[in-house]
Amino acid sequence: MTTQTTTPPAASPGTQVQSGVTWVLALVPLILLGVVLTYLVVSGGGLTELAGPPVEQVMIQRITLPEPGVIQVEVVNDGPQAVTIPQVLVDDAYFYFTAEPSTTIPRLGRATFTINYPWVAEETHLVVLITSLGTTFEGEILAAVETPQISGQLFAQFGLVGIYVGIVPIGLGMLWFPFMRRLSKSAMNFILALTIGLLVYLAIGTWLDANEFAGELPAFWQGIPLVLFIALMTLGALLAVSSLRRGQEVTPLGVAYRIALGIGLHNLGEGLAIGAAFASGQAALGTFLILGFTLHNITEGVGIAAPIVHHSPGLKHLLLLLLLAGTPAIAGTWIGGFAFNPVLATIFLAVGVGAILQVVWEVGKLVARDTERLGKPLVNWVNLAGLAVGIALMYFTAFLVKF
Amino acid sequence: MDEGLRQTLSRRGFLGLGLGSAASATGAYLLGQSAQASAPPVKMAHTDHDSGGHGAGMKEMLVGAVDHQRNGFDPMHLLVDWDYGTLVEDSKTGVPVREYQVDAGDVEIEIAPGIFFPAWAYNARVPGPTIRCTEGDQLRIHFANYGSHPHTMHFHGFHPAEMDGVEGEHRGAILPGEDFTYEFDADPFGCHLYHCHAVPLKRHIHKGMYGAFIIDPQAGRPPAREFMMVMNAFDTNFDSANEIYAVNTVGHEFMHRPIPVMTGELIRIYLINVVEFDLINSFHLHGNFFDYYDTGTTLQPTLRTVDTIMQAQGQRGILEFRFRWPGRFMFHAHVSEFAELGWMGFFNAVKPADFNAALAEVGLDEEWDYKGTNGSTISQRSLAK
Repeated sequence: MTTQTTTPPAASPGTQVQSGVTWVLALVPLILLGVVLTYLVVSGGGLTELAGPPVEQVMIQRITLPEPGVIQVEVVNDGPQAVTIPQVLVDDAYFYFTAEPSTTIPRLGRATFTINYPWVAEETHLVVLITSLGTTFEGEILAAVETPQISGQLFAQFGLVGIYVGIVPIGLGMLWFPFMRRLSKSAMNFILALTIGLLVYLAIGTWLDANEFAGELPAFWQGIPLVLFIALMTLGALLAVSSLRRGQEVTPLGVAYRIALGIGLHNLGEGLAIGAAFASGQAALGTFLILGFTLHNITEGVGIAAPIVHHSPGLKHLLLLLLLAGTPAIAGTWIGGFAFNPVLATIFLAVGVGAILQVVWEVGKLVARDTERLGKPLVNWVNLAGLAVGIALMYFTAFLVKF
Repeated sequence: MDEGLRQTLSRRGFLGLGLGSAASATGAYLLGQSAQASAPPVKMAHTDHDSGGHGAGMKEMLVGAVDHQRNGFDPMHLLVDWDYGTLVEDSKTGVPVREYQVDAGDVEIEIAPGIFFPAWAYNARVPGPTIRCTEGDQLRIHFANYGSHPHTMHFHGFHPAEMDGVEGEHRGAILPGEDFTYEFDADPFGCHLYHCHAVPLKRHIHKGMYGAFIIDPQAGRPPAREFMMVMNAFDTNFDSANEIYAVNTVGHEFMHRPIPVMTGELIRIYLINVVEFDLINSFHLHGNFFDYYDTGTTLQPTLRTVDTIMQAQGQRGILEFRFRWPGRFMFHAHVSEFAELGWMGFFNAVKPADFNAALAEVGLDEEWDYKGTNGSTISQRSLAK
């Protein structure tokens, strides 16, 4: 077989013919692939004896309680073949149910099972799906709470939660702006190092949250590699955008915006977790929890304001930074509470990881530059202390929100 | 193994191919498609599933209906399906001799709507044939194993050690392709059972190798409508706990199709518990009380006027009662868990004038009525002489 490796520079009828040949050559393996696939489908490829027993694998993605006496189970088939679920048990009892669109779920397909079961508020229930071959798959309702339906009041309340978690603490943190303007250069380096500590903590936290959602995805999504790739691609893309400036440093305001974006994506994830926990009855949204998040997130405001203390960005930019970092918490709470989608949650958080890592890089450069101007080594006790205090602040305030 | 038996075997093998058979799976499997795609999805039941109003209001039930034709047996018919064997008279002694044919095999059965179980069975049904005879009959049970594993038939009753059907003792396990004739006298009268005694015991029993063994007393019992009920269960995911409980195999079958009986008539149930893994099982009757004959080896009740009895695995007995009023009366395990997992049903008690309509409502005919009310072997025995 000859291969076409060079293209003559001048266009001629001969070139067009050769171009056609090139395309045919490109298609040959694809055509043969089709033949092989057809052979495998039709004949079994001589591997009939290797087939083994059928493998049934489904995943209960979400259980909701839309109204008293009704349980809804969303199921994804992430196994190698279609699965039929002819019966459903709740707490070791068979109950009437309906399945949309069908009890037979094709590979990668999904179905919603609606079960007439008189669930008991605040008690635990176990849903079991049984397949046509008798395999069972379990899903637990830890504490039965009616799944919130979108209502004006609840919408407003969730919005309020988002404001307490996102806008309020970041706004308060940014109010240290005038104070930070009066600090010495050395003290400011401490604050910037503290910002890096905060961001490193957030990067790790967001990474873990992303992987937690990813772990609950059906197998075919390959959740953890997905998080890794998206985080790396986001980091790469943001670095590439920075390099478009051809050597010109990102302005301090630009750095502040990037920090705000990264923190915003992190807060989106925080909002998602809060909304989803509330919707599934796993967290009592007490005042204590909200108070914890307010304290936990106040450092974020300091981090956003830190790069721009020696500039006068104006009130408009400060407000925009606040909104960029804080409002995603509101959106996250709404989405998590009313329309949770684990795939999108995973993707958003993975993007957040990449974005935060990129600002670690940017703020790191700021610290390096300022430290050099002060004539000190990059790793000195002030910078190290700032980093440690940033991480410690986040770590210990998280005691209020992790359980 | 002769040619005729071989054909039977291959036919069984073919019938046994249903959902989950490996043979049809390969091509589709490789492409991640369904080996079951050709199986019709189970029809979705709503609360109006039970036409005719059965179970109206009950939401706590298995959904849909089992294809009894594909299974090859119907739990409703198993109630009255007595296997008398072939009755002959020994030419020398004049003693009645009954010869039975029992074949073990692998068969896939639908134990609840849409749920298929890879059973091991006697005569391709679970429970196996209800072997019925009269006290003192000579029994010859020709057993042939067409299954994929060694099996035996171990009868509860008086018999010599050689006939005990226990793996490792005397003839022991009957290997696939082999056969054996168990010979002993029917003794004592009562409600007994037989089951496979090959190892591992648990697996052989819960996969379906058991059946009723009823010996009528020579004096006979009062005429009655008689039912054979085996309380059984299935561990579909093999985690040593049962997913489906039932009487005569199919979960909630008698919820969907209440058993027709007449008010006032004597009803006699031969009740046997074979449930594996669980320590006890029980039988509770609604709106009624019954007399109970533990193991059926006495002509006088061992318990009078009770509405719940308990049986461990292998325990059995006879219940006798009459319905005073027409209506639907539940019977179920008074282990609520078992009831909710399939072991729950209804009697539909009707006045004699309405009986034919009640039969028709659940797809039964006069033959079923006749078998139920003429089950005893006593009259047959006199016919043979």
